Amino acid sequence: MRLSYPTSIKIIRVPCTGKVDVIHILRSFEKGADGVYVVGCMEGDCHFNKGNFRARKRVAQAQKMLDDIGIGGERVKMYNLSSSEAPLFVKFAKEMFDKIVELGPNPIKSAKKKNINRQTEAA
Amino acid sequence: MIVAEKKPMEEVIKEIKDYKNILLLGCNECVTVCEAGGKKEVGILASALRMYFLNQGEEKRIDEVTLERQCDHEYLEEIRDRIDTYDAVLSLACGVGVQFMADKYVSIPVYPGVNTCFLGATEKRGLWTERCQACGQCILASTAGICPISRCAKRILNGPCGGSTNGKCEISKELDCAWQLIINRLKAMSRMDDYEILLDIKDWSSDRAGGPRKVVREDVQE
Ligand code: SF4
Ligand code: SF4
Repeated sequence: MRLSYPTSIKIIRVPCTGKVDVIHILRSFEKGADGVYVVGCMEGDCHFNKGNFRARKRVAQAQKMLDDIGIGGERVKMYNLSSSEAPLFVKFAKEMFDKIVELGPNPIKSAKKKNINRQTEAA
Repeated sequence: MIVAEKKPMEEVIKEIKDYKNILLLGCNECVTVCEAGGKKEVGILASALRMYFLNQGEEKRIDEVTLERQCDHEYLEEIRDRIDTYDAVLSLACGVGVQFMADKYVSIPVYPGVNTCFLGATEKRGLWTERCQACGQCILASTAGICPISRCAKRILNGPCGGSTNGKCEISKELDCAWQLIINRLKAMSRMDDYEILLDIKDWSSDRAGGPRKVVREDVQE
């Protein structure tokens, strides 16, 4: 089909979305990601039965945590599709991309830069 | 095990906001099982706190260590060589661990990162229920293995009370009446005759009412 999706999206492959934990999502933000979305199989179709349900809950936990610390829970989202739905994959990618553009960059990135500047000024 | 719950982020932030070098100390036992203060929770909280403070323009050093237990000297000793490099410790162990930490390292402020709730069991993942109030005089032998002290709202010894309806406690329709559970179990064991035996007045001197308690075993002391 050769569909294209925004090039700034980096794909991290996991054996099942059930492998994704809250810490992976938070660390991504700590390292400067502007948004994270998890794409799992359709609910009910998980090869490991509950993997995508677990992922959904962890995404919700990460959202709450990011809201609590002022980074914004909307930067994280869970999607479901089946492996043959490439157009849907592109649709989700674009939707998430637009959402992040609207929200602007991860505030941690600029905070880190400001901090470095402050430190060099002090030195 | 001891069941605890994570404190709200806001409260944790308030506790540690004035310190720069913080040790986030988890515990590998009870609080790991109830998903409140194990290695995983330490990692998540540390990451979230680092981001929060960075976003406020403050870079803090928040290190992560999870000990086997925080209620034993030998494990708490493992941090002795590095403890002086921190301004405060945020402990995710139960209240016992937090206090033992405070006892041992007198000059460093220690803050609790969890609320210690009760002695309980994991009914299923994400559901923990109270099972014991550590009364110091266990009466489970006479109550079919079900504890009316921790599971009956009124702690009655010869129940149920008049509020027991369709097996539920009068304080909540969700809550099983402990005495109904006791009767069910006595029936299942064909021991209903035991139900007729009145329980004596309980000796509460071994409970908290007698002040802080201790267990001394001279035979095993060194
Ligand atoms: S410190 Fe508390 S949570 Fe950790 S093992 Fe001891 S009793 Fe359990
Ligand atoms: S009778 Fe006392 S020691 Fe026994 S389970 Fe109940 S509260 Fe715990």
